[in-house]
Amino acid sequence: MNEKMIPLNYLPLGKKARVKELTSDGAIRRRMLDLGLITDTEIEALQRSPSGDPIAYDIRGAVIALRSEEASKILVEAIY
Amino acid sequence: MGLTSQSTGAGVLESELKIERSGVDDKVIALAGNPNVGKSTVFNSLTGLNQHTGNWPGKTVTNAQGKYRHKDKNFIMVDIPGTYSLMANSVEEEVARDFICFGNPDASVIVTDATCLERNLNLVLQTLEITSNVIVCVNLLDEAKRKKISIDLKELSNQLGVPVIGTSARSGKGLDALMDAVYDVTGKKALNSPLQIIYDDAIEDAVSTLEPAIEGVLDNKLNSRWVAIKLIDGEDTLLKALQKYLDYDILSDDNIMQNVSKAWEKLSEAGIDHNMLRDRVVSHIVSRAEKIGSKTISYASEKYNRTDRNIDRILTSRIFGIPIMIGLLGMVFWLTITGANYPSEMIAKFLFWLEDRFTDFFVWAGTPSWVHGLLVMGIYRTLAWVVSVMLPPMAIFFPLFTLLEDLGYLPRVAFNLDNFFKKACAHGKQALTMCMGFGCNAAGIIGCRIIDSPRERLIAIITNNFVPCNGRFPTLIAIITMFFAGVVAGPLQSVVSTLLLTGVIVFGVFMTLLISKILSKTILKGLPSSFTLELPPYRKPQIGRVIVRSVFDRTLFVLARAVSVAAPAGLIIWIMANIHIGDLSLLSHCAGFLNPFAKLLGLDGYILMAFILGFPANEIVIPIIIMSYMATGNILELDSLDQLRELLVSHGWTWLTAVCTMLFSLMHWPCGTTCWTIKKESGSWKWTAVSFLVPTITGIVICFIFSSTVRLISLI
Repeated sequence: MNEKMIPLNYLPLGKKARVKELTSDGAIRRRMLDLGLITDTEIEALQRSPSGDPIAYDIRGAVIALRSEEASKILVEAIY
Repeated sequence: MGLTSQSTGAGVLESELKIERSGVDDKVIALAGNPNVGKSTVFNSLTGLNQHTGNWPGKTVTNAQGKYRHKDKNFIMVDIPGTYSLMANSVEEEVARDFICFGNPDASVIVTDATCLERNLNLVLQTLEITSNVIVCVNLLDEAKRKKISIDLKELSNQLGVPVIGTSARSGKGLDALMDAVYDVTGKKALNSPLQIIYDDAIEDAVSTLEPAIEGVLDNKLNSRWVAIKLIDGEDTLLKALQKYLDYDILSDDNIMQNVSKAWEKLSEAGIDHNMLRDRVVSHIVSRAEKIGSKTISYASEKYNRTDRNIDRILTSRIFGIPIMIGLLGMVFWLTITGANYPSEMIAKFLFWLEDRFTDFFVWAGTPSWVHGLLVMGIYRTLAWVVSVMLPPMAIFFPLFTLLEDLGYLPRVAFNLDNFFKKACAHGKQALTMCMGFGCNAAGIIGCRIIDSPRERLIAIITNNFVPCNGRFPTLIAIITMFFAGVVAGPLQSVVSTLLLTGVIVFGVFMTLLISKILSKTILKGLPSSFTLELPPYRKPQIGRVIVRSVFDRTLFVLARAVSVAAPAGLIIWIMANIHIGDLSLLSHCAGFLNPFAKLLGLDGYILMAFILGFPANEIVIPIIIMSYMATGNILELDSLDQLRELLVSHGWTWLTAVCTMLFSLMHWPCGTTCWTIKKESGSWKWTAVSFLVPTITGIVICFIFSSTVRLISLI
């Protein structure tokens, strides 16, 4: 495992990252793929909901909110 | 919350797809697309059928159909559910895929959003794998222009190998060209040669192993390459649908199954397992979309979405998100309450002036007094109440609410509230079905189909009734304007009313969460399932359309429903009030019977009876209460809200009665249509009974506790 990889929910707001690995499987994995989350897809953390979870991400031009349960199963590499 | 005749009442119950062709030459067009791309606008503009667009995935949960004529042909357009993909990850995706595959459409129009085209291309490419009769409609070009995004439609058409038409459906631009393209494709004047996605060598190898074996079985009805990929993938729902469609059991065809095994041998040799196969198939489609996007889309400004992001930063901010949400709700109520007051009185004055003229007429005609009683005092008077009490608030409330919807605010509500739903072990999309319930609980319950997990779907269905629908809002507003608006004098009056109504709604949401939590800890145990929510771009609402749509689709629809139930109810009330058994009328006997129990709940017998009689439609509860009191009281002329208040007070109403009536209105059995819908959606009498009992028992308990507490500490 790459040392720079972090779960998506730890990506600070306003920062961009590249998707490196999906650790989910079954229906959740398929749904993530449908969102266009394939390897090297760029993703940006935009906005936290008032209670902190879910977080809205910019995925391929669409704003998608993911709960921490789902986001933690997406490993990303931050772009600095 | 599409509250049209189509999504409420009987129309909402028709989920089976039946296409009625009027002639053999009629062409069937499937209208597909991602959610929130203006698909319904295209549908409405072409077919003229009034159907409402909502701002969340799965709004179009049933197949709506409409017809239009272009040149010399009739076209039947089928509006299929908005989906991001045809991989059948959810019910809507399954419905969409099944219709494109097995519904035999003559062509499929895929509506896409010009402001995020690349993402939309995913669905286009998936559809092209199934059928070549595709027309791509790039909608919202006006929005794209505003965001300085330009799209090379010609190049896109070259890349995809199918016609691409640019439209701005809201202003009607490009729709003629779209109809021309559909005409040409269905008339085979334009032959499409869609692009084919080429996968890794190993996958291609596996596909070509299987493809020849299934070609014979498919009989050219389906794309063999696509079916081969799906067979190798072994997708359950598709195999079942395929079997049904072909009327042939592929799984027991030895030749095919042997080739499936061979295909898998080849994949295994290349080191590809099941998960990887799917990953690679999807990755290929996504990266192909990315490539096409980079050739056809250009952004003049990097920050094309900055405004939206800034608005989101405020509307969903940690500190202001929820206060703004409640504030907006409160403002809508305040405008409704203050605005409805005066027109209500005007209408009442006019209608009761008309009643006097009717009376004059009957006196002049010399008809028996019971005829006058039945028609004027019974039917007409109830109708007059329904119209004057309900019409003005609805005519203000619905356009305002539709405006919020049109702006794209509701998904933000779901975003703000999601964590609460997660804590209640409910599905995040329940926030959306709850919002749909504000329109119509029956529509909200149908909307629960967007929730895949059966457990969470049942929770959403059972608790949907805890938010007041269009039929109950007027009840709440009427009680507040009649009763509380008069208590406080001066400018504070409307503020107090607004706070009360907002409080009731917030309480309804709170109860939704509480009951969801209780259900998921008792009879519907389980953990929340995975959830993603799209926050679509804000759209500039079209004020004119909003008003027309909310007045015709909602206000008049609800009013018509109320009137059609209120007329016979008025008749029954009048008859009950005029048939005497002993000293008392039948009405008083019934109310007297219910009274002891009703008193425990802070109500009285007449109110409880009104709720029972209001089972067919909640709209008529207040009119029934007023009619019953009038039938037993001695106030004859009621042309102002003050007098209404006096009528209620003279029948023993206190603020406690008013609050308890509001609480009971918020929490009691679902109306007839809703119950019927629940039966249809859950397919079980047991869950229908649970959905009936849960809000009823909750209402009884809450009203009992509230009224006893108030009485105990002697506030009254």
